[in-house]
Amino acid sequence: MATKAGSAEVPQSADAEGLRRRDYLKVGAVAFAGVGGVVAIAPLLVQMAPSADVLALSTTEVDISKVQPGQGIKVSWRKQPVFVRNLTPKEIAEANAVPMSQLRDPQSLAQRTKPGKQNWLITLGVCTHLGCVPLGIGEGENRGPYGGYFCPCHGSMYDTAARIRQGPAPKNLEVPDYEFTSPTLVTIGAKGK
Amino acid sequence: MSFSWARPYEPKHPLMRWIDERLPLPRVVYGAIGGGYPVPRNLNYWWNFGVLAGIFLTIQIITGIVLAMHYASTAGGAFNSVNQLIMRDVNAGWLLRYAHMNGASFFFIVTYIHIFRGLYYGSYKAPRELVWMLGLVIYLLMMATAFMGYVLPWGQMSYWGAQVITGFFSAFPLVGEPIRIWLLGGYAPDQAALTRFFSLHYLLPFIIAAVVILHIWALHIPGSSNPTGVDVKDEKDTLPFHPFYTAKDGWFAGGVLLVYAIVTYFAPNYLGHPDNYIPANALATPAHIVPEWYFWPFYAILRSFTVDFILEAKLWGVLAMFGSILLLFFLPWLDRSPVRSGAYRPVFKRFFWLLVIDVLILGYVGGAPLNWWRTALGQIAAAYYFLHFLVILPLVSAFETPLPLPRSISESVLHGEEAEAAPVGSSPRGGSTAAAVVQ
Repeated sequence: MATKAGSAEVPQSADAEGLRRRDYLKVGAVAFAGVGGVVAIAPLLVQMAPSADVLALSTTEVDISKVQPGQGIKVSWRKQPVFVRNLTPKEIAEANAVPMSQLRDPQSLAQRTKPGKQNWLITLGVCTHLGCVPLGIGEGENRGPYGGYFCPCHGSMYDTAARIRQGPAPKNLEVPDYEFTSPTLVTIGAKGK
Repeated sequence: MSFSWARPYEPKHPLMRWIDERLPLPRVVYGAIGGGYPVPRNLNYWWNFGVLAGIFLTIQIITGIVLAMHYASTAGGAFNSVNQLIMRDVNAGWLLRYAHMNGASFFFIVTYIHIFRGLYYGSYKAPRELVWMLGLVIYLLMMATAFMGYVLPWGQMSYWGAQVITGFFSAFPLVGEPIRIWLLGGYAPDQAALTRFFSLHYLLPFIIAAVVILHIWALHIPGSSNPTGVDVKDEKDTLPFHPFYTAKDGWFAGGVLLVYAIVTYFAPNYLGHPDNYIPANALATPAHIVPEWYFWPFYAILRSFTVDFILEAKLWGVLAMFGSILLLFFLPWLDRSPVRSGAYRPVFKRFFWLLVIDVLILGYVGGAPLNWWRTALGQIAAAYYFLHFLVILPLVSAFETPLPLPRSISESVLHGEEAEAAPVGSSPRGGSTAAAVVQ
């Protein structure tokens, strides 16, 4: 293999400066092994990502026919709690009465529900502060001063549209992807309309 | 560490100097596997397998830690956690599991070559007896670890392997059966056994790593042996470990890892048993039950006792099987020849190769289904195994006339074309004849 002109011009005896044939071999071999070593790390890292059986739990079907106005249910989706709440007209009016300027994470109730189904508020039951499950979905639980949810861990308070109003949480309770597959059936996790 | 001309560690970077003054860890590493460890310059490729064993231990620990993140050590869930979750659901889980499975086999392959290299070149002789014995401790720990690891997938071979191996202990009179029940935590392998095997399978590799450190420490007191078996005399006989042997070990490891990758990717189950993909069933033993290939020679010794003689045949088998490894601890005193290297021992050399063939025969018999002639063959081979170590080796070392040894390592290496081309016995330089003759 003809290397750079260097090896031909520089006398053999001289400890030639610059690139020698052996340097090519050394750099080439070590670089090749190095790249191989880095590639070998990949499976050690990707194995920690959600596995196929975890991803298979990506949708949950919920029957909402039995949920009366003012009531709510807690269901599990991807091993996380989801709050499905049937708001009363009074709660909807309360939510719509709040001016956007007063909200930390401004969103209207209409933006957080499906068109024509404004009474169905579906959110993750995971406080956006540090992940506790807020109170307020069950009968008789503390709903906090804004009538929505109250997180017992660090005192975050959500209103009837599950928007953050007071406390350390930065965001409103997250609205997951969901769709009404029939008037009484909701598929959570489905990327529908 | 071992020789006066060993290069001392001289940190170049101020940060390294700062560390070295407070915790001389870089100094220890430099003296152990860096430029500060002088190694005989004439090592051949059989000396690469110790480093390779270290590489495979590392691969096993890394892949094992990762697999343990997904494995469930419950009798009801272990099989599916391996064959459904890890093999199908976990990202790259199939690769990690196959790498671990075949990594165990390759760990044993390189370790067996490493052990037989030690047998041929007399690496167990003074002053390296403790190096040899620590190596045997590592080997015993490896066998225990491999056995318990094989139980974890909780397939048919796992289950019946656990049953048979713990059954060894029941051979001992009176205490045997209670010991077996105590080891298993039950009357047959079940949840209790599986959980404790998992716990110990996770622990033992780290114990192995600790004994490996002792093994290397003990080795570095006299320094590595070499193919002539002649002691290192001066600096001309050695080369610094780094870069000379790191480079040689490095490229050779690349080649072996390539073979490992080929097996892992293209024949991952070649060295395993299909029956282990059947969930454990306590009520039906597979028709042909054998251990993994690396236990076959010992399994053959175990099975070669078929008749009661004073003691029960079952007990003889177990004693012989354990004895076949334990007697290796006494090897430094069974072989009294002052010449280390088999290259200068014409009679020993022939018996060494007979031993290799004998162990291969034992391996074949241990892995094959039994019939009358295999049983007889196994019995002869097992008898020869003990004969080799207990009778032949002491006799050979007493009566053999070894070939003349080279005066030094450098002389044996640098005897030049003249001596190499000379007819046998007519070398112009007397002392170096041996090296020329042996080639």
